[in-house]
Amino acid sequence: MILQTEQTRAEIAEWFEACSVHDVVENGGVCVKYKKEQIALFYFTRRNEWYATQNECPHKRQMALSRGMIGSVGQEPKIACPFHKKTFSLATGQCLNGDECSIKTYPVKVINGIVFIGIAKNQD
Amino acid sequence: MRIVIIGNGMASFKLCEKLRTKGSKYAITVFGEENQPAYDRVHLSEFFSGRKADDLFMAPKSWYHENDIQLHLGDPVKSIDRLSKKVHSFSGETVTYDNLILATGSAAFIPPVPGIEKQGVFLYRTIEDLEMIRSYSAKVKNAVVMGGGLLGLEAAKAMLDLGIKNTHVIEFANRLMPRQLDIEGAGLLKNKLSELGLHIHHSKNTVNISGEEKIHAVEFADGSFLETDMLVISAGIRPRDELAHQSGLAVGPRGGIIINDILQTSDPSIYAIGECALHNKMIYGLVAPAYEMAEVLSANLMVNFPEATAVKTFTGFDMSTKLKLIGVDVASFGDPFIENENTRTIAVTDKLKGNYKRINISADGKQLLGGILVGDTTQYNMMLQTCRNKMLLPADPMDILHKNTDQKKSDNAGITALPEDALICSCESVTKAGICQAVSEQNCNTVDAIKKCTKAGTGCGGCVPMIKDLMVHTMKEKGIYIRNVVCEHFQYSRQELFDLIKIQQTKTFNEVLDTFGKGDGCEVCKPLVSSLIASIWNEMILRKGNDSSQDSNDRFLANIQKGGTYSVVPRIPGGEITPDKLIVIGEVAKKYNLYTKITGAQRIDMFGAHVSDLPNIWTELISAGFESGHAYGKALRTVKSCVGSTWCRFGLHDSVSYAIRIEERYRGFRAPHKIKSAVSGCIRECAEAQSKDFGIIATEKGWNLYVCGNGGSKPQHAQLLATDLDSDTCIKYIDRFLMFYLKTADPLNRTATWLNKMEGGIEYLRNVVVNDSLGMAEEWEAAMQHFADSYACEWKAAIETPEIRKRFSHFINAPEEKDPSVQFEEMRGQKKVPDWNNPK
Repeated sequence: MILQTEQTRAEIAEWFEACSVHDVVENGGVCVKYKKEQIALFYFTRRNEWYATQNECPHKRQMALSRGMIGSVGQEPKIACPFHKKTFSLATGQCLNGDECSIKTYPVKVINGIVFIGIAKNQD
Repeated sequence: MRIVIIGNGMASFKLCEKLRTKGSKYAITVFGEENQPAYDRVHLSEFFSGRKADDLFMAPKSWYHENDIQLHLGDPVKSIDRLSKKVHSFSGETVTYDNLILATGSAAFIPPVPGIEKQGVFLYRTIEDLEMIRSYSAKVKNAVVMGGGLLGLEAAKAMLDLGIKNTHVIEFANRLMPRQLDIEGAGLLKNKLSELGLHIHHSKNTVNISGEEKIHAVEFADGSFLETDMLVISAGIRPRDELAHQSGLAVGPRGGIIINDILQTSDPSIYAIGECALHNKMIYGLVAPAYEMAEVLSANLMVNFPEATAVKTFTGFDMSTKLKLIGVDVASFGDPFIENENTRTIAVTDKLKGNYKRINISADGKQLLGGILVGDTTQYNMMLQTCRNKMLLPADPMDILHKNTDQKKSDNAGITALPEDALICSCESVTKAGICQAVSEQNCNTVDAIKKCTKAGTGCGGCVPMIKDLMVHTMKEKGIYIRNVVCEHFQYSRQELFDLIKIQQTKTFNEVLDTFGKGDGCEVCKPLVSSLIASIWNEMILRKGNDSSQDSNDRFLANIQKGGTYSVVPRIPGGEITPDKLIVIGEVAKKYNLYTKITGAQRIDMFGAHVSDLPNIWTELISAGFESGHAYGKALRTVKSCVGSTWCRFGLHDSVSYAIRIEERYRGFRAPHKIKSAVSGCIRECAEAQSKDFGIIATEKGWNLYVCGNGGSKPQHAQLLATDLDSDTCIKYIDRFLMFYLKTADPLNRTATWLNKMEGGIEYLRNVVVNDSLGMAEEWEAAMQHFADSYACEWKAAIETPEIRKRFSHFINAPEEKDPSVQFEEMRGQKKVPDWNNPK
């Protein structure tokens, strides 16, 4: 299963093997370490969708998004930061509370029960 | 029938609107002198605070077209031929009428002062005036406004909005707003306006405007003068009666077209409405009476009037007003000045808060005749209604001057007491009955819907709070359920979901969502439903399927703190702890490098724990006999106690033992919000039980039970529910109280808020809890007993269940590593988190 996100179109330098499907909490998130980066990985079991974003909430720069609650507004999948309940679109990374900030999103694919996160080429 | 209206102001527009909404098919022709369609003069000063002229129009030109009304703009009527019933306009139009309505309005009163023609002298009246003032104001440093009445102060506000800091107001009378305020009230208003930077001068009779071509100074009769770059005149109005006078209609000695109670001039087929009309020696310079005149005339024109009898008459108008003048609330109602042997006056000046309140009452103290409010006008609506409807005053009339401690209750009582024909919106003359009918018969259940349906609240807007109260009241009365739904995913209230989950036996968030909701949930409904599931089924909250729908703190059974670490609070029932347990806390805190602090609830909080350390910390705490303190949950927190009779020489009972018993009964009880409690061993109340959701104070004979108090941002004292209870009865009452709260409170409402919203208040609650008026006592006590019997420590379950324990790691692919972004600093020998407003 490959999930299309905005960044799938960017060229992927590496599909990074994050964890097993069973490691990820259903309808919730976990934090994945990739080099010096922290990536929040979400298994939206209800919709059978996978999403990955930066783990840091841009509001107060806390490494916390993976511990937040996921949900939807209309059809848009979203994540709420546990600190101040700022919400971001899981699909586009846009802040849904009208703030200027947004979060980075990553493509995710699952092959044989293993979850891969796509790292874009011009990634530093 | 052919109707011609001369003048195109607010009264003229309102008449057109009313005639058309009443369904008249008359041919209507309107002649206006200005180039714009009718505009809203009441909000003219907003032109300077950024409103565009277009926003002020009552209706666009197209409205007249759509409503089949001939509108001639920029074309004043030159003469009226009363014999042949024709009007001749300036541009040469001739129109025949059956009924002619003069709505020529008023012009600014121009005082006969020499020099009035100089550059820099302006009137404050029309949009053109305002546009000229605006372009001229760019080059001025100061301004003088002539006139300290309502319009004058509006003009002064406009000067401030234009950025002219040095603005003076001069008034001929001995005070500001002489028509509305007495000396005392006007003095207070003056102080307030002076604080805002306006310079106020009263008792100033202007005798000359000096300067060459341009204005240089305004000179007064007392020899003083004010140098200024600009003078704005807003010294009252003069009715536009020239045309009527020239046509031979009767006009007043000081101006105004004389009309009778059916608004007829001395010519039976000619009427006058608005500010040009003189009714009973009175010119009404406000919009509300003009609208009332439009209503009366339109109603009468609809029947074959004047042959048939008039259906409505105009018998004068209450000039009560409430307005915000440059940020200061001012109101006057009824007869604000009346003073004679049959009346008494009560006046209160609060110079600290800047409030002045005056009421004039009948000598027997029963009726309110009028009054003045400056500063705080919150009681205006109630006072006005009391005055208008001749309602009886409270036994002590002073009470009406003070805000009631329980504002909500008194407001509701006030609304209920109003008669059906009480005028709520005077701008659009809508009564209480009209609003209630809109709610009950037209199904209006928002203020906006009521505005659309009745037009109430669309004028000055002052009655909107009262409309809302009436709406809520009517909806309740008619049994219209005010839906208080959770969020977009659930079209149910919390209380409804509570019952649904119980009846359908749904036990996970997904089941609840699939059965009763839609979409995928969110940060509002997830914790709410999780809390309900926890309350109803009392299962371990991190059971698979419910773990990720818990609020963030519940999900990790700890409180997330700045930096992303957690704090740990073991339960210390009643605040009693052995030295050995203290040592354990000390050792654990040291081992895991935690900051420690005594909390406000007689417990010890350990901060700065990495998420992966939490299970290890709890393994050690639990083996030493501790259990979860539920500091992370919307649950019972602590039952605080004083040391009580075991040590204290004043103590009546053993408050500590009782506090422990209570805390152990309700520990882990999940509710709409956190619950705090305390037990005091005597009336000295060292445990501060009266600030808790439920608090107990020892008496000679037993315990007094207080409920629904809280500290926090809106502190509220708990209220006495029952007295001199024995220990078992007191616990029964608490069982019932907590179950009732759990079942009926709105989400995130603490007990105090819950009680504040409860119809009947503490009396009703006492009936339910003490007298078992709902017949639920037995069921509730049994449910609480079952809850207490099946209690298990969540943390014990968490550390013993590998699936749950596995979730307590920061990185899923590196479980042994801690979050490298967590940093600490040192302060007073302990650690702290760097301030998150300073970027890392």
